[in-house]
Amino acid sequence: MGILPKKDTKLILDPLFDNNPITVQVLGICSALAITAQLKASIVMAVSVIAVLSVGNVIISLMRNIIPSKIRIIVQLIVVATLVIIVDQILKAFSYELSKQLSVFIGLIITNCIIMGRFEAFALANSPWRAFLDGIGNAAGYGIILIIVGFFRELLGSGTLLGFPVLGDPINKTGVYAFGYENNGFMLLSPMALIVIGLIIWVQRSRNKELIEE
Amino acid sequence: MGLKQKLDSLKKKYQGTKMEPAFNAFHTFLYTPNQTTQSGAHIRVADDLKRTMNMVVLALIPCLIFGAFNTGYQHYLALGEISRASSGFFSPEFWTWHNFSAGALAILPILIVSYVVGLVVEFIFAIIKGHEVEEGYLVTGMLVPLIVPVDIPLWMLTVAIIFGVVIGKEVFGGTGMNILNPALTIRAFLFFAYPTWMSGDKVWVLDAVKKSGTPDAISGETILGAVAQNKDSVYSVMDMFYGFIPGSIGETSTLLIILAGLFLIFTKIGSWRIIISTFAGAAVMGLIFNYVADSGIVSESSKFYGLMSMPYWQHLLIGGLAFGAVYMATDPVTASQTNKGKWIYGFLIGFIAIMIRIFNPAYPEGVMLAILLMNVFAPTIDHYVIQGNIKKRLKRIKVKTA
Repeated sequence: MGILPKKDTKLILDPLFDNNPITVQVLGICSALAITAQLKASIVMAVSVIAVLSVGNVIISLMRNIIPSKIRIIVQLIVVATLVIIVDQILKAFSYELSKQLSVFIGLIITNCIIMGRFEAFALANSPWRAFLDGIGNAAGYGIILIIVGFFRELLGSGTLLGFPVLGDPINKTGVYAFGYENNGFMLLSPMALIVIGLIIWVQRSRNKELIEE
Repeated sequence: MGLKQKLDSLKKKYQGTKMEPAFNAFHTFLYTPNQTTQSGAHIRVADDLKRTMNMVVLALIPCLIFGAFNTGYQHYLALGEISRASSGFFSPEFWTWHNFSAGALAILPILIVSYVVGLVVEFIFAIIKGHEVEEGYLVTGMLVPLIVPVDIPLWMLTVAIIFGVVIGKEVFGGTGMNILNPALTIRAFLFFAYPTWMSGDKVWVLDAVKKSGTPDAISGETILGAVAQNKDSVYSVMDMFYGFIPGSIGETSTLLIILAGLFLIFTKIGSWRIIISTFAGAAVMGLIFNYVADSGIVSESSKFYGLMSMPYWQHLLIGGLAFGAVYMATDPVTASQTNKGKWIYGFLIGFIAIMIRIFNPAYPEGVMLAILLMNVFAPTIDHYVIQGNIKKRLKRIKVKTA
């Protein structure tokens, strides 16, 4: 990325890989387990969190000098709640089916640890532009894991991707189903999402030994 | 030069190379290694982990052979080619070459897949990590074919074994470090991933899946499957005890499992505390439910009535409870380590197994889930037993000094 200075590039790229909110900081696991059974839901969730976190970070950063530190958590909550409600309403207006499928989990973005974590740790101490980049980076780091997990869970669990039957028709036995393949029902259950995330963490740590804790 | 000398000299040649762990595994499988202890205790017994594991495998072989006969017997019985065994355990209808050959042909591929896939995973991990190949899989590889339905597709078994060995064992650091029993992890994976192949009335009899939908369709429901739907079981109590019933390949014969259990207790490999307390826990839960059913708290139309009203001692004979108690719950790695803890651990396994079996007819595999659950709790049980002991002894000191 030649557009941004090196320091700003780091703000976006670090949380994508070496300081990933899910696999390294182990934050925001609940939603990663709950809504990743389908790729589409994962993508929408990722986009929603990117929107909420980047805008929220900018707002908090703009207000950072006027927020009394005693009530800063309440202010942060109001900001994030406002943004989440806006995202929720947009989803309800333009894709009602999907918003029903995601049910409470859009609302629960409010309690996503990543968001409060970035407000506290970054936006309160940095300029709006840097806070914006940090928001994009962290939410994208969260989203990339969601999309990887959602990809494998939908592919192996339902044999589809974004709803398209890529592996054939399980009832009429076409595609790979003709050879006796069957969908793995375990993939659709939350425990398997945890195991998939665990495997991603395993791969990441064996490639980058610095991440291994004592 | 004998084989042992050859192996010894080969060992020197391979020392320090990447293939050393793989080679060592073969060496110690055949002979006691010629290592000498450098420090510490110099007296050692010969029954190391490999001998222990081999004893368990030995105790499992009667179940495997019985499973081969039973698979063929259930198959031909469902086809109507032979009549029901009627004259006790040594019924001539059961112990025929005809039955055995059909069953053995079906079981052999499962056994081979189980060992080959599992050991390949073990060897790969041993070579990458540079540690010795551990013997734990010798037992797991034998247990797996005994606890799956005979009609399971081999590729599903392969996927499940890779999952079970990697996630159930290797990620924790290999044999001795695992929290969950690997064989049960493999079965649980199959159960949740491919439920249609692990329950219902098709999978328990050889070829029933292939024949379903054709005029020759056969079905063989397990006793639990039938009773859970408030139907009467067609099997007599002695059939249940001898094991002439449909079920997973090697878990049906309570008689043989009890004999093998006695063998394991006699050789001090299985813990008699766990085995007895598991049966006791199951019996207590069965008695409670019998009381509930008899006193009219649940009506006969209730979906739980069939299983609740089943005499408590029959619960001990079906659904793999005996197999779980003798071979699975006693796994030295995943069970409680303290003697008091073993009583609690075993009792809760039996207790919870019957509870799951009755309250959730969709998961008749209460024994599997109960053992996995208690595997997770075993360290906690041990912790409190040890803390309790420490407290008791501290009190004793205080009384003395005061």
